[in-house]
Amino acid sequence: MIEIDALVKRFSHRDKDNKVIWKTAVDGLSLSVKEGEIFGLLGPNGAGKTTTIRVLTMQTVPTEGRVLYDGKEIFLHEREMKEFIGVVPQHVNFDQDLTVGENLELHARLHHMGSAERKRRIAELLHYVDLSEVVNDGVRQLSGGMKRRLLIVRALMHSPRILFLDEPTVALDPQVRRRIWDLIRQMARSGVTVFLTTHYIEEAEALCDRVAIMNRGKLVSEGEPLELCQRLGTYAVEWDEDGRREYRFFKRRDASAAFVAGLASEGKIQVRRTNLEDVFIELTGRKEGL
Amino acid sequence: MLYDIWTVFWRDWVVLKRRMKKFILSRMVAPVLYLVAFGWGLGRSIDVGGGSYLDFLVPGILALNSMNISFNSIIPVHAERMYHKSLEEYIIAPICPGAFVIGKVLASVLRGLISSGIILVLAALFGAHFTVTPLFFAVLVINCIIFAEIGFWAAMVLNTYEEMGQVNTYVLLPMSFLCGTFFSTQALPEALRWLIEMLPLTHTSFLLRSLGSGGEASMSSMLVLTVYAVFCFLLGHRAFLRLRR
Repeated sequence: MIEIDALVKRFSHRDKDNKVIWKTAVDGLSLSVKEGEIFGLLGPNGAGKTTTIRVLTMQTVPTEGRVLYDGKEIFLHEREMKEFIGVVPQHVNFDQDLTVGENLELHARLHHMGSAERKRRIAELLHYVDLSEVVNDGVRQLSGGMKRRLLIVRALMHSPRILFLDEPTVALDPQVRRRIWDLIRQMARSGVTVFLTTHYIEEAEALCDRVAIMNRGKLVSEGEPLELCQRLGTYAVEWDEDGRREYRFFKRRDASAAFVAGLASEGKIQVRRTNLEDVFIELTGRKEGL
Repeated sequence: MLYDIWTVFWRDWVVLKRRMKKFILSRMVAPVLYLVAFGWGLGRSIDVGGGSYLDFLVPGILALNSMNISFNSIIPVHAERMYHKSLEEYIIAPICPGAFVIGKVLASVLRGLISSGIILVLAALFGAHFTVTPLFFAVLVINCIIFAEIGFWAAMVLNTYEEMGQVNTYVLLPMSFLCGTFFSTQALPEALRWLIEMLPLTHTSFLLRSLGSGGEASMSSMLVLTVYAVFCFLLGHRAFLRLRR
């Protein structure tokens, strides 16, 4: 469904001496995503996730490399491919001068939907996310959770085959977050391929069939969440040493138990199953942004 | 393409319809002040060689007002790009980039024309004499197109609201006073006159004044305005495409 081949994106900016400096945001990324899959792109802040999604959604052109949907190079079939995708941005980007219904209508018109279809789809989707009552309200009046749901609804208006979500639950409370997760799962069940970026590890664990981890623009690992954890070691031992929390990973439980027996730490020692957060920190060496 | 232009225009039409009363009322303030201050007040003591100064003034006010309204009506696109980020909705949509530029420009042209209509009514009430012909109307439309396109280009390339304001201060404001709006460019020193007569607003003032008094349209001025309109469209279109770099 999605093929990313050696994608590179460089940006130029001027330093304090007014010299042009090139920054590589995405550095040779290659990935493939299967139809109907929920695929998560993980990475700390500044890893290149948002730039990747901006290329995939044709908001910015790549410096090198290519992206294919269903075998077609997206920048050679741009208008056709744009009918194919739905985009949920990281920030709320509604038209502030339009109502909820008008925002959805604008999106539908931009995707060439007929009048009857527009009306039916707006009513159907707003009902689906319990927002029917705010159809004539200004978007400024909505709560954070309502805006997020509306962003998803807007992206689904034209029934896309691929849904891109950039940090879909950033800054939301846990209840709203779970509701958004349910919505994403329902989309995937209905056959939509979901490509999301997140720096919430539990979000990736809860939602994704497969994940890729990016760091400083490069792909550092890719696979099913469980598989990535097992690659690191099924069991994690954590303990305090010199005022820091230390971690070791083991393939077998008896090996972890033997290691714990030999530890001289006076602090809390914990043996548990390895999770995606351990993988993330081991691979990126950074905890910021988690 | 036409449907996409209509969609982009539709969005602005929805917003304008909602604010029409406020828009019309606010658009009356500046023309009334110009007509009172320069037409009735100062104008009584100004000799323009024949007719009244009010008759001389109305085409100038139309030119500068349609310039200001068309330019300023498109400024919200800057906020859509920089602050609300709602421009992204158009970038990811399967529409031709040119349709977005044309739709936004036409929406600003509509505002410029409504505003011009208000001035024509007010000028008639103030006792000015002028003739509105199809060509007179066409010149107004081209003037609105040029300045909406310049506004669009500025909204695409400038990054702060302050910089947008500077375009008003350093480009539009001097043109408002110098481009044959309140007085003939013949009164200017030769070098400055040569520069001023290269600007589009000067040609709009010339044409509106000539056509409004029942005269002929200067083909060279029409050509200059058309060249400006095409050039500014290409400039805005290019700036919109460059947002994706």
